[in-house]
Amino acid sequence: MDITDFFDTFFEEAEELLADMEQHLLELDVDDPDSEQLNAIFRAAHSIKGGAGTFGFSVLQKTTHIFENLLDHARKGELTLRSDLVDTFLEAKDIMREQLDAYRNEEEPNQEAYARICHVLQQIALEEIGQTLDAPAVPAVLQPQAEPSKSEAPAKDGTHLLVALLNVNDKDRTLLVEELEQLGDIQSHSGDEKRYEVILKGNVSADDIEAVMCFVIEPEQIAISTVAADTAEPTGATETEKVAPDVPVVTQAAVPMPAAEAAVGVTDGTSAAIPQSDNRGPAKGQEKPTKATPKKAASESSSIRVSVDKVDQIINLVGELIITQSMLDQTVSDLDDQSVSNSSLQNGMSLLQRNARDLQEAVMSIRMIPMEFVFSRFPRVVRDTAGKLGKEIELITEGKSTELDKSLVERITDPLTHLVRNSLDHGIEMPDEREALGKPRVGKLVLSARHQGGNILIEVRDDGGGIDRERLLEKARENGLNVSDAMSDEDVFQLIFAPGFSTAKEVTDVSGRGVGMDVVKRNIQGMGGRVEIQSTKGEGTNTRIVLPLTLAILDGMSIKVGGETFILPLSTVLESLQPAKGDMYAMAGDDVVIKVRDEYLPVIAIHEVLDVKNAITDPTKSIAVIVQGEGRRYAMLVDELIGQQQVVVKNLEDNYRKVPGVSAATILGDGSVALILDITGLHRLSRAKKEAGKIVKNPHLAHYKEAEPS
Amino acid sequence: MSQAANKAVLAAAEAENREFLVFSLGEEEYAIDILKVQEIRGYENVTRIANAPDFIKGVTNLRGVIVPIVDLRIKFHLENVEYGGQTVVIVVNVADRVVGIVVDGVSDVMTLTPEQIKPAPEFGVTLSSDFLSGLGSLDDRMLVLVDIDKLLTSEEMALVDSTSNS
Repeated sequence: MDITDFFDTFFEEAEELLADMEQHLLELDVDDPDSEQLNAIFRAAHSIKGGAGTFGFSVLQKTTHIFENLLDHARKGELTLRSDLVDTFLEAKDIMREQLDAYRNEEEPNQEAYARICHVLQQIALEEIGQTLDAPAVPAVLQPQAEPSKSEAPAKDGTHLLVALLNVNDKDRTLLVEELEQLGDIQSHSGDEKRYEVILKGNVSADDIEAVMCFVIEPEQIAISTVAADTAEPTGATETEKVAPDVPVVTQAAVPMPAAEAAVGVTDGTSAAIPQSDNRGPAKGQEKPTKATPKKAASESSSIRVSVDKVDQIINLVGELIITQSMLDQTVSDLDDQSVSNSSLQNGMSLLQRNARDLQEAVMSIRMIPMEFVFSRFPRVVRDTAGKLGKEIELITEGKSTELDKSLVERITDPLTHLVRNSLDHGIEMPDEREALGKPRVGKLVLSARHQGGNILIEVRDDGGGIDRERLLEKARENGLNVSDAMSDEDVFQLIFAPGFSTAKEVTDVSGRGVGMDVVKRNIQGMGGRVEIQSTKGEGTNTRIVLPLTLAILDGMSIKVGGETFILPLSTVLESLQPAKGDMYAMAGDDVVIKVRDEYLPVIAIHEVLDVKNAITDPTKSIAVIVQGEGRRYAMLVDELIGQQQVVVKNLEDNYRKVPGVSAATILGDGSVALILDITGLHRLSRAKKEAGKIVKNPHLAHYKEAEPS
Repeated sequence: MSQAANKAVLAAAEAENREFLVFSLGEEEYAIDILKVQEIRGYENVTRIANAPDFIKGVTNLRGVIVPIVDLRIKFHLENVEYGGQTVVIVVNVADRVVGIVVDGVSDVMTLTPEQIKPAPEFGVTLSSDFLSGLGSLDDRMLVLVDIDKLLTSEEMALVDSTSNS
């Protein structure tokens, strides 16, 4: 196996770690940083560095290395955090992300960004803690202490004793250390033959120790002193080896100092972690160990990583199971003999049905991920955008645990980001302006997600200025759009989604170029959803995105044309009616329109567009299904409505190709394939066919010419 | 050439023996590489696809997978295209796709040595020799060896989107 096989795992993990890191950085309270959070950020950087080193991603490794060192100082409280430092950290995180992406695409990361961020981070290190971090091989924390360090007062449970063994050979020393272990907890022991120091914690007196020791060595060879915070002697840098397992620093110290001066002031393993550069007061120094040490065991993983392909395969198989089940169900219900002898079969069938549905639901939920994955990026977006615009914004998220299909979650992020930026830029006013209007200075932006029927409703609400209906109409006229004052608010607000439309008084860095909102709408429609705007002038705007829960299952309306069954997505179906002769009008060319409540809708006869034989050609004998696609309405002529049903969407392109007028296929209860129709595609197809003159004039439609209004 | 070298050549030739699935279209016998064949099944329940070429009969449900069905008899302009209990669909795997081809019948599996495979002559408008890997001669039988990969991914079969058909 090649090492590159592990690359993907690393990329995935690193991405998750970076996301965690960002979240923690954003949540960090700069005035009173939570040590657990700082630790988490540090650990993330550390893990990425390790991985990057293993796979030879040297630029990423070096960047994380410097970053990690800085974070290490931060978590020990030596670096006072400020919000501008956090911003720099976020920037560093972004650059690491870019480097990661570059490596993923098998490119070299941007050297310029790398050099810059390294410089910036070094600069911070220099200015804030007076230390350079330019020693990639040896993290700064490993350097031994060279100046007095205030250590903690003896723990309540005993005094710390420094036992120095002078001129004791290795063999005896091991023995003595073992003896000392019997007496109390050894906190650390280090040194050489000339002077070996053991720090002992526990209720032992110096006499006791001497009494034990003198079986082996002479009393002169032992020097015992009490160590407490106040009495700590200046540290020479003897090699300090730490016993406490929870602080992974101070191992083999790099710079041995003259042993003659040695007198250790280290009483507690943790304080050894304070590097030489620490020149803060003792009070700070004493807090540090308590802040740095708590390290919970990594919480046990409650999830497993499974490839989407596997999940999709299971979903497919369950879909098959459902189809088989409905086939059986049909067969059983068709049985002539409904007598008692069949009742156990019937019972079994209904049990199977219930279990199969439950199974399907459970399996579908695997693909579902909470909206939190989308929402978690917005604190950053809002922070950055608000900062750029000089606005004060409070972001509130609701319904983070609402679940949505993974493929939708991935696709909703960009449109949502756009809407949020829009709200921040155009919606919420400047703080002073808000104050003048009697609103709180801080604008409120609410992101919410919740279930509504078979859909998910995502809202972006702000308490800004709202949409100015008049200005919108004015702008629409300038742009040559066909509008009237009588239009409903809803229709007017939809103008925002027209291509190239922007009402911003001036184009800003953030938004207002008029590109985007139409893309937002297209993206959302591409997901089978729709977007609505509600707004009250002066009070705010609410943008509502309604999305189906999943793309794998579709609520369909099955229809029959000729002998063939087709599925119309239920979300597109508005109503169905029996066309009356008087409602149909022929237009120039071969077009026919139908009048439905004062609206003329183009008629699309499915049997013509899809060349279905033996279909009902007389419109008055068929059924018109009014459907909506991309904001336009059509009347589809079909023979028969069969009913509503949920269908499993199957891709046609997997083994075949894209078919005009058809969006996908599904498998019906009898095992046969039915095509899912694409409304706008059908309309285009119908036009193309008419232009090519392929559709022979329908004799039935011909005599509507007589009914044409003069 | 020494005898050892001769043996090596023979061994290599032995290794290059290929197995073919032989099927009939009208009176003619065709064969495709057996390794491309996934399964053989009956012709049933095919959903028509509108506005597709006539030789594309539609799509069918193969254990949850939507598979297009191509009638090679129509493609090769054979007469007497009938669908009955004997009509057979050979499901093949080409270019990561699953496609069913309708044939009149499947006869047997043949092993052909390289010597038995002759180059295909230039002929035919309906079946370009581009889509043939050769002609197999077996006693008095002649098998038309179809390069099913090339045939089904070709533009004229209209089975794949032209964009993805490089």
